[in-house]
Order: sequence, then C-alpha cells, then structure tokens
Amino acid sequence: MLNIRNLQAGIEGRKILKGINLEIKAGEVHAIMGPNGSGKSTLASTLAGKKSYEVLGGSVDFLGKDLLELSPEARAAEGLFLAFQYPIEIPGLSTTNFIKTAVNEVRKYHGKDPLDAVGFLRMMKEKMALMNIEQSLLSRPLNEGFSGGEKKRNEIFQMAMLEPKLAILDETDSGLDIDAIRIVSNGVNKLRNKDNAVLVVTHYQRLLDYIVPDFVHVLYNGRIVKSGTKELALELEERGYDFIKNEVNVEEGV
Amino acid sequence: MNPEVYKESQIDVDEGLSTIEKTVLTDYKYGFVSKFDADEAPKGLSEDIVRFISARKNEPEWMLEWRLKAYKQWCRMADDEPTWANLKYPPINYQNIIYYSAPKQKMNPKSLDEIDPELRRTFEKLGISMNEQKRLTGVAVDAVIDSISIGTSFKEQLGELGIIFCSMSEAIQEHPELIKKYLSSVVPTTDNYFAALNAAVFSDGSFCYIPKGVRCPMELSTYFRINAENTGQFERTLIVADEGSYVSYLEGCTAPMRDENQLHAAVVELIAMDNAEIKYSTVQNWYPGDKNGVGGIYNFVTKRGICQGVNSKISWTQVETGSAITWKYPSVILKGDNSTGEFYSVAVTNNHQQADTGTKMHHLGKNTKSRIVSKGISAGFSNNSYRGLVHVGKKASNARNFSQCDSLLLGDKCGAHTFPYIEVRNKTALVEHEATTSKIGEDQIFYCNQRGIDTETAVALIVNGFAKEVMNQLPMEFAVEAQKLLAISLEGSVG
Ligand SMILES: Nc1ncnc2c1ncn2[C@@H]1O[C@H](COP(=O)(O)OP(=O)(O)O)[C@@H](O)[C@H]1O
Ligand SMILES: [Mg+2]
Repeated sequence: MLNIRNLQAGIEGRKILKGINLEIKAGEVHAIMGPNGSGKSTLASTLAGKKSYEVLGGSVDFLGKDLLELSPEARAAEGLFLAFQYPIEIPGLSTTNFIKTAVNEVRKYHGKDPLDAVGFLRMMKEKMALMNIEQSLLSRPLNEGFSGGEKKRNEIFQMAMLEPKLAILDETDSGLDIDAIRIVSNGVNKLRNKDNAVLVVTHYQRLLDYIVPDFVHVLYNGRIVKSGTKELALELEERGYDFIKNEVNVEEGV
Repeated sequence: MNPEVYKESQIDVDEGLSTIEKTVLTDYKYGFVSKFDADEAPKGLSEDIVRFISARKNEPEWMLEWRLKAYKQWCRMADDEPTWANLKYPPINYQNIIYYSAPKQKMNPKSLDEIDPELRRTFEKLGISMNEQKRLTGVAVDAVIDSISIGTSFKEQLGELGIIFCSMSEAIQEHPELIKKYLSSVVPTTDNYFAALNAAVFSDGSFCYIPKGVRCPMELSTYFRINAENTGQFERTLIVADEGSYVSYLEGCTAPMRDENQLHAAVVELIAMDNAEIKYSTVQNWYPGDKNGVGGIYNFVTKRGICQGVNSKISWTQVETGSAITWKYPSVILKGDNSTGEFYSVAVTNNHQQADTGTKMHHLGKNTKSRIVSKGISAGFSNNSYRGLVHVGKKASNARNFSQCDSLLLGDKCGAHTFPYIEVRNKTALVEHEATTSKIGEDQIFYCNQRGIDTETAVALIVNGFAKEVMNQLPMEFAVEAQKLLAISLEGSVG
C-alpha cells in the first residue's frame, strides 16, 4: 500500500528526515515511536503534502501512485488520512458542513455524485453510533472551543466518514485521559479491516495497548533506527529512549 | 437520538455548501448585455434633462417641482462631493452620463407571458425567473431593469391585506398623499451630494406601505439591474411600516460587464412607527471591474431609517461583494423610546475593489439599543474600510450599543481599516466596541486540503464561517445565493 524509500525532507532549509524507509501493507498496523523532535510529525506532514515541508530526496509509492506528485487534496481523495496532533479551528464553520463538504469533494474526485442531505445524514448517523459521538458536538463550529478529547474524537469521526485506505494518527493519545484513549482506540479498531492500514505515531507505549501494532519502528534523529514487533514498544517503555540513543550513537561512533 | 435535534441538523446540512461545490465560475457570472430598445435621454445633466425624465414618467407638477429644487441644490453643492472616504478614483464627469434609459416595453403586463422574451431571458440568466420565484419561494418581486419597474407580482394578495407594494413611479401616480408626506422625510434632498443628485434624476424604485397591525406574509424583493451602456442608475426606495406592522424586504443587484465605470447613487428611506419592525436585506454584486481594476460600478448609496415610534426596530443586513467603489452607510435614527437599530454587514473586496462602508446609529430616544456586526474580507489589492458612528444624544438615557468589527485578510497586498466614531452626550450610555483582524492561515487551508477539499473551496468555507453571524440574518431563500456569491467573489484570491 505505502512504500517509502529513502525519504528526505526538511523545513526552512533544515533537513529533518534523513532517509526514511518503510513499507506498509494492507491490513497492517504500524507504530512509529520516538522522542520529541525526532521527526514523527514531519514524516506525517510530508506524507500528507504540507506545503511548508520540502522533499529533498527519495520516493513514496501509495497504491501504485507517486504520492509526492499529488496535491494534498488528491492524496486525501486517494485515501490518505491524517489525524492531526493539533486539529485546527475554523470559527463559524459547522463541523457537519465541513465534513459534508469533505465527503462530497472526495466523491467528486472519484466521479461520483454528491450525497444529498438525506444520504449524508444517514451515513453520519451510522458513524456517530459507531464512534460514540453526539450530534451537539457536530453542530458546533469546527474544533472551536472543543476540549482536547473532543478534538481527537472528531478527528477519528472524520476518519470514519472518509473511510481512508491509510490512516496516520499523529499523537492521537496526547492530552487524553485513559477513558478518552479507550474511546478513540475503540473507534479506530472498529474501522480496521483487511483492505486498510493504520500508521500510529506516538510518544508513549500506552496507546499501543489498545491499538495493537503488527510492527513498531523507532524514529530517532530523522531515521528509523530500529524496527520490531509490539514487544519493542514495551522494551522502550521500560528502558526509555536513552538506550536507543546510546545504541545509535555507539554505531555512529559519536 | 432526539428527533428534534435530528431535524435541526437536517436544516444545517440543507443550508450546507453544496452550492459552493457546484459553482466553479471564474469570471463575473452576470456579465451579459440584453438587447432592448431603450428610450434614452441624451447624455449629461441639466434642468431640461430633469424635465425630460419627469415628463417621460408623466409626473404631476409637484413632483417636477420637487426634482427641480433638488437639481438646483445639487448644482449649489458642486464643491461638496465627499472626499473624506478612504477611496481613490478619478473625478466623475457628471455630464458624460445618461440619466434616463427605459426599456421599451408595454407597461403593466397582465401576465408574465406579456413580458418581452428578451427581458424574461435576462431574468432567467439572473436566476430570478419570475415563475420560479413565484412558485418556489413565494417572494413578491418588483423587478427594476434600468430605470423602469416592470412586472409586479403578488400585488393582489398583498392588496387584500392593505399592503401597498409598487414601483415608485406608480406610487407617485396612485398614492401622492403618502409620497408627499414621506418622500425625503428621512433623507432630505440636501442631505449629501449624491442624495441631491438622486432626488433630481431618480428613475424608479420601490414603494412599500404596511398598514397598522399587518405582518407582511412574504419577503418583498426588488432586483435591480443596470443594463444600458453609460447609464447611471438612480433608485429611490421608500418603506413605511405603520404601527405594529412588520416587513422584511430584500434588494438584490447585478450589473452587466462594462468597461466604463457606471455611476449608481441610490437612496433608501425607512420609517417605522410605534411597535413596527423593518428588516432590510441587501445582496449587492454589481460588476466589480476586472482583475486589473478596469471598469466596475461606482456605488454611492444613502440608506437611512428612522425608528419614529416607541419599541420600533430597524435592521439592516448587507452582503456587499460587488462594485469597484462602495460608499455606503445604512443608518438608523433611534427616535422612539425603546427602539432598536441593527446593522449586519459582510463586505468583500477583491482585486482592486475599494469599499468604505459602515453605519450610523443615532440614539435620541430613551432606552434605545443598537447592535453593529461588521465583517470585512479583503483579498488581492483591495481596500476595505469600516466607518461607523455611534451617537448618543443628551436625552437618550440608558442607550446601549455594541459594535463588533472583524476583518479577515487574504494575502498581504490588501488593506483592512476600521474607523469607529463614538459621540456620547449622555452619561448613562453604554457603548462597547470590539475589533479583530485575522488572516486565513496556511494551517487552516492545509487542514481542509487534507480532508480532500481544494484550496478555493477551503477559502469559501473559512470565509462563510467568518461571516456566519451576518449570513444568518439573511432570509433563508437568499442565504444560499449569498454564500455562493462570497465564494465567487474570492475565486483566485489564494494559492
Ligand atoms: N515549522 C517548523 N519550523 C522549524 N522547525 C520545525 C518546524 N516543525 C518542526 N520543526 C523541527 O523539526 C524537528 C522535528 O519536529 P517534529 O517532526 O514535530 O518532531 P516530533 O513530532 O517527533 O516531536 C524538531 O527539531 C522541530 O523543532
Ligand atoms: Mg509531533
């Protein structure tokens, strides 16, 4: 599904990703862990096509297409979804209208007619039940005055509505208490199937108790320095990131 | 789920932005010219022209006298053309304008079939086919093409309630006592340079009288449209709401594409008696000129309402997306005790458009309240100014005003300015003013992009969100059209 080869990217003239290699297949859950500032959000934003991030080398194949050639909205329409670490507020724009526009723009991209109000509401009702989200939240302006938990649940609700092929969850657990983590993870798990994949970006292991990964990668200083199974996450939890840093620094002869 | 909540959300979705999605127009949509035989006055302005106009309209002697007086006043005001607005444009040559142009058309058609097919096509292009309007929205439309009012619908139903809704020309003929009493009672002919000009040469407009205790059952609406080349359009509208009555009135405007700048100087007067309410909404999308600032309408408008009676209310709502130059300050004189004035405005400027618009609230009576919500959106090389006056007179105890002026910038070559003037002569007054300026953020646009929404649509969503408080004031039938207009006016402004 996603094949990242030697991806290098930076911001404001500073190189942050220094050659990322990663392959994700349909049906898989991958986790990327790493200390703050290691480049996790940079990777997520680069894949989603944020303008301020400059690709300096490498390639990304997404479902047979050259991802880096596509506009951000085309990447989304092709099935790439990013649950933002810091969801953006748009004052005055009702969340429902925003999501309806998104759903219909993606349909348009695929040559489908827009959903009418009735069809859209039917879909929304169904996903609301699945995600445990209430109507009142969706009638409010997009993310405006939402609590941290509401913002993250709203991200996952949008994911449910857009049914992406690959969902990248950037620190979806940050700022959430354990109940909220459980709700959000439940939502993600309900959306998993053999045709889609999830890339979980997280600083802490605890989210991975709920969204159980098939593979865990450690990102450090712009490189994936270690990959393994979910046990790697537990080991990191136990020993902290320092042991990775030390390993890497020894290898690099620092 | 609570079924009521569900219903609410359905409305929310119905109002949604699917129209924006559909609308991918790059040029001014209404830029076509209809081919009517026009009955035109020669270029220029003189006493003879004023007489010509009055004669063409078969006006009584008193009306001609009124016009001639205004004309003489205008001549004396030659040095009073306003220069204080934050607007730049070359001097207007008032002798190079045609002041009267009427499409040749049998008057008073009995049915829509009698209307010139070319004219009907114009309506259709404007999206206001009268049949459609009648059937779908129940809006009574008094359409003004260039200078003469053609075709008035719903008159009979309104007539049964005692409501008078007709063209100004007709009102002068049929209701002279009302016209003599109220015309220029709110905006005197000497009020300002453009008001004097309007009084001398006004061609037509609408008149509306709501009798005591009557709630007008439908939105009343006039579509203005400038059609002939080099024609200034000078409407005059007068609305009188008698005691305890209510009316909601909508004015919509479009003008075809022209290279010359055309002059538009309208006057609107509103009068609300005891316990009466007038809601006046405008969607203005006159031709704004091209990308380089060539052409476009010069729009100098005087709109003023008086809350004459106790507990009366006047509410102005405007969505201004058009015109090269906008000079417009819909005002309310709060004379009656406990009266309320409101001003809700969205003004969009793009490319080289300039708008200097706002309101004046004159608190004269006791316990009077006013509320001002202004949303300015500037893009391209445009300049957008809010200019507002809140005046509280000596006797206006317990006056209350709240003003909110927000500006949204798209890009860094445009300007947004706020000029609030506050004059308080009574210590018990409470006047609050808030202002914000923001920019559409890259992060907001990227967030939308990441959900599959292209940048143009994202801008439309963000702008409509920004303007929502004002858009919500528009009658339902026009809210969707107005949302569409905001999107169209800002196309190509980002990215
Ligand atoms: N907008 C930005 N401008 C400049 N530097 C940035 C910007 N965003 C991130 N960085 C830098 O890039 C590095 C990686 O950041 P980020 O990808 O956010 O890390 P993580 O998500 O792993 O915490 C950090 O050193 C951070 O300071
Ligand atoms: Mg991060």
